[in-house]
Amino acid sequence: MISPLLRRLLLWSGTAAAMALLPVVLHQGFALSMLCQMGIAIIFALSYNMLLGQSGMLSFGHAVYFGLAAFVCAHALNAIGAGRLHFPVTLLPLIGGCAGLCFGILLGYVTTRRSGTPFAMISLGIAEMVAASALMLPAFFGGEGGIATNRQVGQPWLGISYGPQIQVYYLIAAWCFLCMIAMFALTQTPLGRLANAVRDNPERARFVGYDPTRVRYEMLCLASFFAGIAGGLNTINYEIVTADTVGIVASGNVLIMAFVGGVGHFFGPILGAVLVSFLQSALSSYTQAWLLYFGLFFVVMILFAPGGIASLITLHGPVVRAGLLLDLLPGYALSASALVVPLAAFIALVEMTYRLESDTGPGGGLRLFHLQIDVSSVLPWVIAALVLVAGTALFVVSLRPLRHAWQSVHAELQARGAI
Amino acid sequence: MTDAALELRAVHKSFGRTPIINGVDLAVAKGERHAIIGPNGAGKSTLFNLVSGRFPLTSGHILLNGADVTGRPPQEINRRGLSRSFQITNIFPRLSVYENVRCGVLWSLGYRYSFWHRVGALPDVRARAEEIVERIGLAKRRDRPAGVLSYAEQRALEIGITIAGGADVILLDEPTAGMSHSETDDAVELIRTVTQGKTLVMVEHDMGVVFGLADRISVLVYGRVLASGTPEQIRGDAAVREAYLGTEVA
Repeated sequence: MISPLLRRLLLWSGTAAAMALLPVVLHQGFALSMLCQMGIAIIFALSYNMLLGQSGMLSFGHAVYFGLAAFVCAHALNAIGAGRLHFPVTLLPLIGGCAGLCFGILLGYVTTRRSGTPFAMISLGIAEMVAASALMLPAFFGGEGGIATNRQVGQPWLGISYGPQIQVYYLIAAWCFLCMIAMFALTQTPLGRLANAVRDNPERARFVGYDPTRVRYEMLCLASFFAGIAGGLNTINYEIVTADTVGIVASGNVLIMAFVGGVGHFFGPILGAVLVSFLQSALSSYTQAWLLYFGLFFVVMILFAPGGIASLITLHGPVVRAGLLLDLLPGYALSASALVVPLAAFIALVEMTYRLESDTGPGGGLRLFHLQIDVSSVLPWVIAALVLVAGTALFVVSLRPLRHAWQSVHAELQARGAI
Repeated sequence: MTDAALELRAVHKSFGRTPIINGVDLAVAKGERHAIIGPNGAGKSTLFNLVSGRFPLTSGHILLNGADVTGRPPQEINRRGLSRSFQITNIFPRLSVYENVRCGVLWSLGYRYSFWHRVGALPDVRARAEEIVERIGLAKRRDRPAGVLSYAEQRALEIGITIAGGADVILLDEPTAGMSHSETDDAVELIRTVTQGKTLVMVEHDMGVVFGLADRISVLVYGRVLASGTPEQIRGDAAVREAYLGTEVA
């Protein structure tokens, strides 16, 4: 039996090793830039979960802190480039963190006066306000073009110029790892635990000596600090910051990452950030309809796994420990293969619809699943619709053996007293 | 009365135009076990909500250990040494039993809003929280989420959270409500031991519990103190008998 401390140590060093070795496998330009995007998203999503998962604050405006810090860093980087400021680029995210913290102290004082739905509404209002001022203050936000910058400033130190993307990756990875540890450590402090208490029952917290408003406020300030670090890394990575960075869409995106990954577990948002970043880069290069698939994926997750991927994993924890996972695998394999049929039909329908509406006009051929499809004829539509209906029925039927397998595994676990 | 742990002076409370508390004067001496009884709607729970800072007073004053705490927020009254439980169980359902108690311990040991201490590595917090969990008899349920405990266990946890901060004035709102006979006996024993050397004020409907525990009893009827005295005096009070006790203790 491994002690919890040793297990934690192994987990963290494994994570560090994986982050260090990933570029060895994924060294192509596309994969590497995706890894960079993931690292930034992980910090951002974890900082978001300090609000939602840990303190019960549903924020619709967390990108405000991320984006404002990104702008501050862009200006700082330009000042470094012009020789007006002497500061190592490696530590630039720290400027972002401090900027995020300052805006958190300022704006959070207003938003955290309330909890629940009023908090969500105020956060939305603040986000709209900042997004609106982005167009009103072109000196800071750079108008529609945004603020462009150049990360290759000053003399290279030990050969680190941040010219090659791989160097940027390791910068992001190092900051990401530090932030993950810091944010995890924060969950183990009195403030972190009281944030959970305030999430569960703010009124009771008052009667054990704590001011829930103060707890929420401090958590938001710290979350803004980490969001700011992510914003600073974003500036270094893309060398441009536009008004979109502070926008509602960016705030919605981080919410989706946290939810898909699972807000009830510390590691949930990490998974969500990785998966959502991957889907966004990978899907968007394959199909125009990627936002539609992405939206549907989110809806399906919320409907059938409201606890996110993390809850699906922890659900199987006792099963794996009891060595019963093999009992479930045939059921999963069957359902997964049955799911392919309606899924393919659904994708065909969506892609055909998009082709119908696209610039090339109706009558254009579509290559899908190695088939040439003429979307102007009726036959492919009828076939796809029939396959969708039949495939859905097939999938529903295929769930039965899986359900039976789960029932017997559950009974077995209960008999062993494992749950 | 300067040695009073808790003193209410001409306390009034109205909700809208409806008066609920009509001038309550009450002094609870240090170390006393004081029960507040009265029919439903007499304002007993409202009185607790006023004393603990949950509701603002319409007029009057509340003194805790001689200091005026009128209009102070609940957290501040708690920090000054008054802790209360709730009639409807009020716990942190997703936290474990141990963590529930620990939340009650942290402020009083000076850790406040700290984000630089590791909460698992604080020996004083651990010792105190473990001791409380042991005393409320939930050591075996230590790591269970509080939300899945039985009703009686949640009531015990409610008391555990209340006493965890080491407050010297404890307010218990119907601690045995909804319990079976044997559960009530356990609860009374628990209350007796954990409030040793402290000032206890409790609202209770079970007259067996009241007369078994209380040093003094106040009878609240229509937002006024009808009578206040030792259990014998209350038992013998004709007005109380007529207004409230009826045949229950006859």
